[in-house]
Parts: sequence; structure tokens; C-alpha cells
Amino acid sequence: MSERAAVSPPDEQDEEHEHEQEQDEHSEQSASDSTETEPESTPEPVTTGAQSVIRALENVGVEYAFGVQGGAIMPVYDALYDSDITHVTMAHEQGASHAADAYGIVSGEPGVCLATSGPGATNLVTGIADADMDSDPMIALTGQVPTEMVGNDAFQETDTTGVTTPITKANTFSSHADTVGDDVGEAFALANTGRPGPTLVDLPKDVTLSETDREPAEARVPDTYEVQERADDEVVRAAARRIEDSQRPALLLGGGVIKGDASQACREFATEHEIPVVTTMPGIGSFPEDHELSMEMAGMHGTGYANMAITHCDTLIGIGTRFDDRLTGGIETFAPDAELIHIDIDPAEISKNIHAEYPLVGDAATVVEQLDEEMERSPQAKKWRAQCQQWKSEYPMAYDTPEDEPVKPQFVVEALDEATSDRAIVTTGVGQHQMWACQYWTYTEPRTWVSSHGLGTMGYGFPAAVGARLAADDDQEVICVEGDGSFLMTMQELAVAVREHLDITIVVLNNEYIGMVRQWQDAFFEGRHSASEYHWCPEFDTLAEAFGAKGFRIDEYDEVADTVEAALAYDGPSVIDAHVDPQANVYPMVPSGGDNGQFALSEDQL
Amino acid sequence: MSQENTNTTTQGLEGPPPEDRPRPQGRRNAQGIRIDPEVEAEPDTRRTVISALVKHEPGVLSDVSGLFSRRQFNIESLTVGPTEDDDRARITLVIEEHEPGIEQAKKQLRKLVPVISVRELAPDAMRRELMLIKVNATRPDQVAAVAGMYDGQTVDASPETVTVQVTGSRQKIEAAIETFEQFGIREISRTGTTALARGTEETAATKGPASESTPEYTEDGTPTHPQTTPSDDD
Repeated sequence: MSERAAVSPPDEQDEEHEHEQEQDEHSEQSASDSTETEPESTPEPVTTGAQSVIRALENVGVEYAFGVQGGAIMPVYDALYDSDITHVTMAHEQGASHAADAYGIVSGEPGVCLATSGPGATNLVTGIADADMDSDPMIALTGQVPTEMVGNDAFQETDTTGVTTPITKANTFSSHADTVGDDVGEAFALANTGRPGPTLVDLPKDVTLSETDREPAEARVPDTYEVQERADDEVVRAAARRIEDSQRPALLLGGGVIKGDASQACREFATEHEIPVVTTMPGIGSFPEDHELSMEMAGMHGTGYANMAITHCDTLIGIGTRFDDRLTGGIETFAPDAELIHIDIDPAEISKNIHAEYPLVGDAATVVEQLDEEMERSPQAKKWRAQCQQWKSEYPMAYDTPEDEPVKPQFVVEALDEATSDRAIVTTGVGQHQMWACQYWTYTEPRTWVSSHGLGTMGYGFPAAVGARLAADDDQEVICVEGDGSFLMTMQELAVAVREHLDITIVVLNNEYIGMVRQWQDAFFEGRHSASEYHWCPEFDTLAEAFGAKGFRIDEYDEVADTVEAALAYDGPSVIDAHVDPQANVYPMVPSGGDNGQFALSEDQL
Repeated sequence: MSQENTNTTTQGLEGPPPEDRPRPQGRRNAQGIRIDPEVEAEPDTRRTVISALVKHEPGVLSDVSGLFSRRQFNIESLTVGPTEDDDRARITLVIEEHEPGIEQAKKQLRKLVPVISVRELAPDAMRRELMLIKVNATRPDQVAAVAGMYDGQTVDASPETVTVQVTGSRQKIEAAIETFEQFGIREISRTGTTALARGTEETAATKGPASESTPEYTEDGTPTHPQTTPSDDD
């Protein structure tokens, strides 16, 4: 691994906010490490555009890149051959984009993916769109046909910047070998400055092949890109008064709390002022779910108590959330008695879906500290907290486990949670298994929940586990919870996990259905199971062995604990094919556009 | 019921059913603003001019037009052209949206990396459009007279056609079209609105603060209701 490269990306904000020692400790530590312990090693001078691309990545401390080779990106791979950056060849470019996305979620630094032009680039598109919806830091580097052939429908030519414009934070078509490294540095900085997101640099083959001796400029965002870190003092004051006076306050923590490293600040604020905490799905892990104040996740499949709390609060403090429709349900009935204090670093998210009476544009941790400093007393909300506790006992997430029925998927999730540490990372695909992984795993740490939230990409879980594994500490378990339909979409990456000897435990909650669709068909389409029955699925345990991984199978309750233990003990990728109750449904449920407070506890309530 | 439902007795969770739960009194409108449930009023739309100073580089126009189509902003015209600075272009948009939509359009526009600044122009800003209108030449004298009424100029004449150039506000152009109809209109080409702020006021200054409009609060910290600027009609 490149020690030389361990320099945090330049961030103009750091200088202005040096008092935020806690947040910056990690990056400053590594920055000082590299200056103190590294002898001044002079890297080989750059001679081509491709080398400048790789140098730009090295300069910002990139350690891993995920990708697939191909014609137009070959010069970049040739330059990568001499680099200390570890390249992980994936089975499919989609896998590369999800792995890079998950790497970004877990490490907090942009994940890097590479692909060639045409199909390589278009295969990245799903992962780029996924990162865009979830504001995950990621940089995609795509090969392109030589500049003089662009526009001629050349072999493997796709208008990659055109295709990705609506799904990237920024993208650019590199036009010259002298500046291609600058483009890469800028894309990296943009991916992780302000609200994170995916960026893309399209690299025509003539540009990467051309000679240049110009080293890439320091990675920085363009002058026109400005980020507001501190919120307006007057609005902060007014918001603090509102919280002090509120009788039913609630915090709503979103993914921005985790991305902004504001979990600690939010925990302190919530506990100091004794305010119940609800999270969004991307916000899972921002607040410990075993804490008394935690109401867990709200929204379509959120807990009953979270949805009651969010529906009945009189003051909602939303932090780093974009009020997605899966959270709000119908806008008309969303937190209808609440005045909204909305903290977000992206001004366009404020009052986009839900009008904020108190718009606070800024960095989550900074603004929460501003708010905390302004607070003169805590709200008097004892009665409200008691009410929240009562809802917790009124709407338990308990389920039955009759011995004469197939294993309940919830039971398998809980068994895995019990057998792993608090810092274990969970990745998922999309569907019923994802919801059970949300509901029945108790998350306590940020950056331990890795999922496809906004885009809802089936097949996300396993390639994401590959990226998460490489970003995680060695003592963190990586558990991939998948469904049979979802796993089948990207399971070819097992070949990669075996080749790279990645210690990942995959559990397939196999109900031989595309289960969420089956659940909706039962509820809304008169039980007509059009194209949702998957009994043609392979035996995943046998298939795992064919890949060189370890396969396990669960059919009975008494097999669960031992199998989970054996799979976790296996050093390498293991797959548990858990045959679970095909009729199990995800509840509570707020139907699309419904009233959160009217969540259904069973199908007959829909 | 299908056969799959034979095994569902244990599905579902415990708790009071929806009809037994308390329900809050409040309500929001489609824009997410809390409203009096008795009134249920939807905000009116208004037409406004937004000027954006952008980097003069390839792809900016498609970024902007793509943004407006993707987010379903109701756009009436979009013009782009160079400015006093070779590195910068100005994009002028006329949109018709309700108040939250206008705010959202401005914020989304400002988020695009090549966009330097965004400003919604005051109702008294100078707005001009140019039209070329080609009509039948059966009554050339009358065509010239109508052109004169609208300060237009005849820019091309042939035995069968006369083409007139008219500049002015959107309303003036539309009035001119109505008057020219009597001659038989063969073709029209309009540029869409371009605009500048009056006097020393800058049309789009250097990149402003991220949140342009800060709400106002009363003494006890209660926010006043969202402000609606008066509708302008050119």
C-alpha cells in the first residue's frame, strides 16, 4: 500500500474550521504521519496523460480501484501497472461501481472505479446512479475512443458524459494530456466536498496516450464551487427557541449525519436535551438503536413507534435528509403538526419536498454545535418521551416462530446480529431481505450499514460487500444479506471474492420469490404472482462451492446458530443458502403515498 | 384468495389497528407547507425571468436544459449568448412556476458546477425578444404600415413574401403576430427573451450566498409565512 499517498485531499474548509478537531482528527493524523515518517521519495516524473491520471489518484491518497480492463482504458491500466494503488478486477463493471460506492460509504473517501468506453461505461451507469441518489463519494474514470473519432459512432463509442450528466454531481470530458490529471484531481475533490456524490472523467485514448511532462495540479474544487459550512446565526437562534419551547420534539437523522461525521454531535445533542431520535434508512447507524431515545427507522417499513413519533411531533429537526417519498409517505399527512428545522449542506434540499420554517444551510456537525451553543434550556418533554416509550411497547417488532413452519427470515437476521460484533458491517441488496436487515439488526455505529436506498438497486449487496471489505478494518466482520432474486443479479462477483480471499459472510434469505413484489401482488394485485416466482433459482450453497467459496444451507431452526457460527468462522467468502418462510411479509407498512401514522401491521389493514 | 395465502396466519405484527390510533389535526399542501385544512389553497404560479452567468464551455447549455426537463420545471424560453467576458455566457430563462418551484429552480441551477451565479430579475428588468415574421406580400404597403406600428423593420421582400423584424417585450411580439395574421403568416422565428437588470444593479453578480432568501421571524422566534413577490406580466 502506498504510504506516500496517505494525504487527505485538500479542503479549503479545513483551514477555516480548525477548531473542529474531532472531525478532522483522522485526516490530520494521517497527513502528519506522511510528512513526518515518510522520507522525501521523488516519484518518477509523469510522461503521458495516463500517468498523470494515476499520479492524480496517488496524490489524493487512493489505495484501491475497482474496474474491468478494455480497449480505450488500456493506457490508464498500463500506467496503473507501475502504481502502488491496488486494482481489484471485478467480474462486471456494475460490480466495480457498487464496490467503489460501498468503499466510499465505509471509508468516507471517494471510491474509484474504472471502465472502458461504450459497454464498460454504460455498465457503470447503475452504480453511478445509485451513488448519486445516496450522495456517496465516488469517482468513475472511463475510457473513450480517440478524440478525432468522437461523434462518428466508432467501435465502443458512447456519449458517456451525455449519458451520465443527470446522474453525476459533475462530469468532464478530458481534452488534453497536460490537464487530464487536473481533471481527475478536481473530480476527486468535487466527489467529497460539500454534499458528496459521484463524479466522472471521460478519458479519450489519444489524451491518455499523448506525451506530457506536466504533473497534475493540486486536487481542488473549481473556484465557482462554494460550500456554506455555518448556518445563519439568526435562524439558528430562532430554531433554538423553537426547540426550547417545543413539547413534542423529534430528531430525524439522515444519511448526511453519517457522511458529515456528525453522529457524535447528534448523539450528544439528543442525549443532552433528551429528544427522541428517528432515523431515515441511510441514517441507520447515526444513533445507537439500543438507546432509550432511539425510535429506529421511520417511513414505509419503519417501526410503528418511529412513525407515530414523526407523525405526532410538534418540532422536527431533520438533519442531512432529503425527505424522500419512502420516508414521508403522502406529503399532506407528513408530520402535519410539526414546524421543521432542516439542516442540510445542500440548500436545494431545503424546502424541496417539505417546507422548512427554519432553514439551516451548513455542515451537519457544525450546525448542530451552533444549535447546541444557542440552546439555553432543554425542552420540557417528559410526557412526550413517556408517550414514545408507550408506543414502543404498543407496537413491538415481535414475530412468531412456530416450529412446524419454515424458518422466519427475521430469525436468521437476529442470529447473525447476535453472533457478530457491534462494528460488523451489513450490506444488502434490495427487497424484503433488505427491510428485515434494517428492522431486525440492531445498529449502533455509523458506516456499518451499506445499502442501496434511493435507487433501490437489486444486486447491490454483494459487490458492495467487496468494496466494504477492503475499506473496513480487519476486525470488522462484513455480512452481506441478500435475497435469492437480488443475489442472482450480481453473484458472479463471488469469483472476485474467492480470488482476492475476501472474508465475507453472505446469507441469502431464499424464499424462491422476488419477495417484495410477491408481497405487493398479494396486497394490491389479487395474489396474481406474475413473474415473481423464483423456484428456478440455483442451489446457492452448491454454486458457492463451484466458485471456490464455502457453501452452507439452512432449512430448520436448529441449524441456524451452528451454521452462522461455522460460516463466520470460515476465513474467506462463505454463502449460507437460508431457505426461509416464503410467505413471510414485511410489516409495518405504509403504502405508497399513505399516511405514516396509519401504517398497516398486516395485509388486512392495507 | 390464491393458494399461497393458506399459510399466512402468523404474518403481521401486534398493536392497535390504524382506526384506533390518534390522528393529528394538521395538514400540508402538495408543496409540503403546513396549511389550514379548511382552506386547502394551492399557490398560484407566476412567470419570472431567471438570469444565470455560466462558464462559456461545451455542455453547459445541455446541463441547464437537461436539469429543467428532468425536474419538470415549466420553462417558457431559454436563450444563451456570450457576454462582456469571453469566458462567460449568460443564460436567460423564463419559467412559470409556483413560489416553491421558482425557489427550487434557482437552487438547482446554482448547484451546477459551471454555473457562476443565478439571479431572479425584478419585474422592472429590461426584457427583449426578437422575432422574424414572414407574411404574404399581397398588400405590401399595409405590411409596411403594420411593421411601423410595432417599430419593426422590413428585412426582406420578394414578389410573394415580406419578412419583418420586430423586437420588444413578449406581449408586444404577440400583439404584432395577431396584427400580422391578416396578411397570412408563412413562417415565424422567435429568439425567446433575453434580459438585463436596470441601472447599476447587476443582473447576475458573483456567486452569492448559498441560501438567498432567509425567512423572517417575529420577536418570539416564530417564522412569518413564506413571502410571495407580486406576479409580473412583462
